Formats: sequence, structure tokens, C-alpha cells
Amino acid sequence: MKEKKIKFNKIGDLPYLTVSLGTTRVNLTGQWRSFRPVIDYQKCTRCMICWKFCPDVSVIKEPNSKKAAPSEKIAHLPAPVINYDFCKGCGICAEECPVKCIEMKPEKK
Amino acid sequence: MKISDEEILNPGHVACPGCGAALSMRFALKALGRDTILVIPACCWSVIDGPFPYSSAGIPVFHMAFEAAASTAAGVKAGLLAQGNTHTSVVAWAGDGGTFDIGIQALSGTAERNADIIYVCYDNEAYQNTGIQRSSATPYLAWTTTTPVKFPKQEQKKDIVEIMAAHRIPYIATATVAFPEDLTKKFIKAKSIKGTKFIHLLSPCPPGWKSKDQDSIKISRLAVKSRVFPLIEIENGEKYKITVNPKPVAVKDYIRLQGRFRHISDENIEQIQKNVDRNWEKLLKKTEG
Repeated sequence: MKEKKIKFNKIGDLPYLTVSLGTTRVNLTGQWRSFRPVIDYQKCTRCMICWKFCPDVSVIKEPNSKKAAPSEKIAHLPAPVINYDFCKGCGICAEECPVKCIEMKPEKK
Repeated sequence: MKISDEEILNPGHVACPGCGAALSMRFALKALGRDTILVIPACCWSVIDGPFPYSSAGIPVFHMAFEAAASTAAGVKAGLLAQGNTHTSVVAWAGDGGTFDIGIQALSGTAERNADIIYVCYDNEAYQNTGIQRSSATPYLAWTTTTPVKFPKQEQKKDIVEIMAAHRIPYIATATVAFPEDLTKKFIKAKSIKGTKFIHLLSPCPPGWKSKDQDSIKISRLAVKSRVFPLIEIENGEKYKITVNPKPVAVKDYIRLQGRFRHISDENIEQIQKNVDRNWEKLLKKTEG
């Protein structure tokens, strides 16, 4: 879901009150990141603890995921997918992951 | 208690990486649902919400002056009632500065009138947003820019939960992000009660506490385990209940993860441990009746 930036070209375009006209989804905070979380789907048990503790709403539950799974039993569960547009790279997901399947890799410039 | 899948908070908000306040809001909105109005005084969240004309909260937000969160929320609720709207919940969402120091007068008045609002204080233990100045929520011996290492804070943290309990409001709870199921349960309970509800959230702040971004959840979990921040519920100002009571750990484990306590000695930690133990004993006595 991409949103467009709101532009005011002349003073008359401004609303009469300081009201919100859109969401912060236009603000790609992924640019702040210096470490990138990468999930190893061969190890991930899909417990969704990373999804639970993400402060930036950047771990998304993907139902009916085609991602690799360590066993057939859990393949039907939703898989965590990281939204790199907004992930700030705080590393909470990697720290809290009980099987340590998320690695924080340095971002290359 | 299951955490809702619906994401009301939008990504792209401008909280620092690892922010406890942003995560608290995410859980709170999941619990309260879209039929909610937020009132935010000057605090970190008035920045996190995003610059004009954008907002990250996903529900109506009313930005207010520092001292007036509680009274504005009471006013918004009165306005809704005048329109015949009894279902929308109004939440005042203030930091520790807007609750412990600047907003306490409005909060006390609102609690005394028992206005039907949920007042949430997300406590990051200093004025983090303006550059880490000491507040009355800053703990004993902590570093801030106004209590430097040579003169760390000499006063104890204000006991806001007891102050609110003295108002005998119907519901008071403490919660933190490391126990989201407990937090969700408390918000849903608060929503179902009529009258002033007060929820105190401990919200770790990596830049202000000088901790690592990834340790936010760990620190908030240790705050509960070390009994620095017990998770409790108080009904009508007298019925105390401890909701989460894990196996205790030493206060040292909690303190040593935070750079703001790096200057303090082992004797100081001993002293803090004694204070924590005494407060815990007091709390146990209160839960007995």
C-alpha cells in the first residue's frame, strides 16, 4: 500500500485547520537503517514473536506463505515477512527470536 | 488473551529505533479498536505521530497543550455525550512529564470528577523528547542532562500509582511492553469500566536510558522481574492485585543494561535493591487487604 505525498502549491491549498490529511506511510523510515534483519526461513518456527514486538509495524503476517519451512507441520501457518520500506533496524526481532533465526546484516552503501 | 491482528498504527512514524512508546501505542490501539479518540499533550508522541499533514495513529488525534491532556479528554467525552455518542472511548496519552509534573493538576481534577476517560501515562522516566531533562519520574541516581554524572538525581521517583489510588478512581493498572497479553487485557478491562481509568506504562527509551536499541523488550521484562516495576491492578483505590509475578531477579541485572546508571557503585545498587524490596513488601501487604 503506497501513498502519495501531499503537496501545497499555493496558500489557498492549505486546509483551514491543522488537520491530518494522510498517514505517515509516505515517510519511508527504512532509510534510517544501518543493519538489516534477514530471516532464515529454514529455521523459523513461525511463532510470530518478531511480529509481536516490532515497534515500527514492519513485520507483517503473510498468510498462505510460500516461504520455506523447517517442517511440513507448520507450513500452513502465517509467515513473518519484513517490510524493508519502514524497518528502522532496531534489532528487537533478532534479540527476541527464540530460535535466533534473524540475523542483523550491515547495510551496504 | 490474544493480540488482535488488525494494525491500526501506521508504519512510517518518527519514533527512534527500539522505541517503547511506539510499541505501547501499537498494543493499546489493537486492544481499544478504531472507535477511539486520542488526546496527546506535548510529549514524545506529539512528535512520533508525524509532521503536518500526516498522522500515524490511524484514529482521530487531538494535540493539546502540555498541562491539559486530562481536562481536554474529559471535554471531548462530554462533547460526545452531548451528541448522544456513548460508545466512543476517549484516551489521554501523556508522557511522564505531562503526568507526574506538568499535567498532574488537570489529571487530579479529572479524576476527582470521575470523568469517563482512560488516562495513559507512558513513562520513559525523563523529558526525553526535549533532550533528556530530569522529571519527577526519573529514578534515584539516574543520569540525565540536568542531573549529570557528578550530581545524579538524589530524589526518589514519585509514586504516581499511589497518588491516583488516593483519588479512589475505579481502575488503575500498570503494564509494560514485554508483557503484551497482560497489557491488552488491562486496556480491554479499562474500556469496559465507567469512570476515570489510569494506566501506567513503563516504556523503555534507548537514547535516553543509553541502552541498546535491541534491548528495549529485555529491559522492560527485567524491570518487572526485578520488581522495580510490579504489574498490578487497583480497583476503587483499595483492591490491589498483582497480575504478573515471575521469578525474581536482582535489580543489578536491570540496572547494568542501562548507560544512565553506569556511574553508580555496587553499594548504590545495594541501596536501590533495599528500596525495591521495601516497596515490594508494602505492596504485598496491600494485596492482602
